Amino acid sequence: MDYAIDIRDLTVAYREKPVLWDVDLQVPPGVLIAIVGPNGAGKTSLIKSSLGLIKPAAGSVLIHGRPYSEQRSTVAYVPQRGSVDWDFPTNVLDVVTMGLYGRLGWFKRPGKSERIEALKSLAQVGMEEYATRQISQLSGGQQQRVFLARALVQDANVYFMDEPFQGVDATTERAIVELLQNLRKQGKTVAVVHHDLQTVPEYFDHVMLLNVRRIASGPVEEVFTEDNLRTTYGGRVAFVSALSAARKQ
Amino acid sequence: MSASLEIQLIAVVVAVTCALPGVFLVLQRMSMMSDAISHAILPGIVIAFFITGNLSSPWIILGAAAGGLLTVALVEVLRKTGLLKEDAAIGIVFPALFSVGVILIAQYAGDVHLDIDAVLLGELAFAPFDRITMGGMDLGPRALLVMGVILVVNVVFISVFFKELKLISFDRALAGALGFAPALLHYVLMGLVSVTAVGAFDAVGSILVVALMVAPPASAYLLTDGLKPMIVVSVVIGAVSAVAGYWVAHWLDASIAGAMASMSGVLFLSILILAPHRGLWSVQKRRSNQALLFGRKMLVIHLYNHEGLPEAQHECRMDHLEDHLRWDHAFASRAIRSSLQNDYILQQGPHLSLTETGRKYARSSLVEL
Repeated sequence: MDYAIDIRDLTVAYREKPVLWDVDLQVPPGVLIAIVGPNGAGKTSLIKSSLGLIKPAAGSVLIHGRPYSEQRSTVAYVPQRGSVDWDFPTNVLDVVTMGLYGRLGWFKRPGKSERIEALKSLAQVGMEEYATRQISQLSGGQQQRVFLARALVQDANVYFMDEPFQGVDATTERAIVELLQNLRKQGKTVAVVHHDLQTVPEYFDHVMLLNVRRIASGPVEEVFTEDNLRTTYGGRVAFVSALSAARKQ
Repeated sequence: MSASLEIQLIAVVVAVTCALPGVFLVLQRMSMMSDAISHAILPGIVIAFFITGNLSSPWIILGAAAGGLLTVALVEVLRKTGLLKEDAAIGIVFPALFSVGVILIAQYAGDVHLDIDAVLLGELAFAPFDRITMGGMDLGPRALLVMGVILVVNVVFISVFFKELKLISFDRALAGALGFAPALLHYVLMGLVSVTAVGAFDAVGSILVVALMVAPPASAYLLTDGLKPMIVVSVVIGAVSAVAGYWVAHWLDASIAGAMASMSGVLFLSILILAPHRGLWSVQKRRSNQALLFGRKMLVIHLYNHEGLPEAQHECRMDHLEDHLRWDHAFASRAIRSSLQNDYILQQGPHLSLTETGRKYARSSLVEL
């Protein structure tokens, strides 16, 4: 079977300390998958090693059957919003256009057609009026939407998103979810690092429970169980029970 | 060309050449790296000098670049251990390398031009005497030619890799994911910083190079909204510092390099205070305007809430504002004056009352809340 994301025996370590330990993950195409787990579970490392940004100690990652280096143009990445300097002297349109740099390749500069494409994806996230706005003047939710627009403009098949709901208000969160579900409807595969367990069943159709090792992964209704959550989150049972109580309602 | 003009030209070329890579150092929050590199190139220079026995050999520049890259690599190695942060790593690496250079000079090169003063401060005034001639033809001062070549290299590099440099400066992870080799570009950029530092080193010395790399871009950062304008403004500020520095030095009979660096500092300070949007003065003014606007709103709403009620006589007195709203006299007077000017209130003796405009303003402000 052709998996959109096929991670096998992935081990990542900083010095001797393993962050990911023999992790397997097979994601079929056209799936919206949440990657959940406690802090330090290796969620960001999983994404970064899938994108070749971290060299794994062992294991492999294939995107639609081929290594990432051959699939760059079909993969888009939304890093954590806090990973960049929002005081950088540039505007919204320029940041979105950066999503097209990969397609342009070395040396070639973005031109009019790139700006038009960037404007289109800004419109998709409802930010077209902000095109010439300095990025330092954006709110957290607006920053997140700019990052999403930058990924959308790549028109990829597989999307990796690191905490796209971090620090956004409820309206923005709904808008983002709608975007993600639209991507899935178009047959794209979207892997999202997610923190709010309560919304997992509502937003996603697959889920991966990760805590250095893979605890479980698969369709939400099969693997998003109290037992698996307990294993993933260890001692924080109260938290998990509260969640399952909330789910029963 | 007169010596005075030549010195100024060299000064401008040095300042502009330093400002270009400086922009990316400032944006990547690595300003201190320029300090580290400009010091750590010393052992590279000394060792290359020992090998070639000639201070004007191109090997000197390569030796310096190697010293600079060694610094960057060692800092990276220390940082990756996870045992100390980048600033501490920089603070350990460059004094170590610099001291190696100083000891080498003191031990083995006591009688050559490589003395500590020249290394730290440089001497621009003598630059016109050191000329390059080819087949008996005078090509110009060596410092000008060397720095001119480095300037061209910097301009070409930044123009060709503008898009890539912008991306690695803003979002290194995305640059990596899109396949733009951020680590390689970073090392090339640091190599250029090293080469620029060694070129400028002869003219302005290793300490002042730092001022010229950091101050003009830091000033431009406060004035501009885009990367291209920031580069252009950095270059202009660098050139202005150079020329102004020359004339200040001329007037005070002081070190030209020192005066250039001072002028870049003076320009930075003036811009920090006076910059139109981000300057301290403008920020202060904006805050005070906001406070006044808020005070006006509070006053109008206060009057509105008590209007027509029995206690109005008492609540709507001027002196009462100071007591009940806990405003100091100056602020209360400003808020009242500004409300009067805006036609929101009327004053009869110590009593304040709302106008129709004021009532409307109070209602709309309450809705906003």
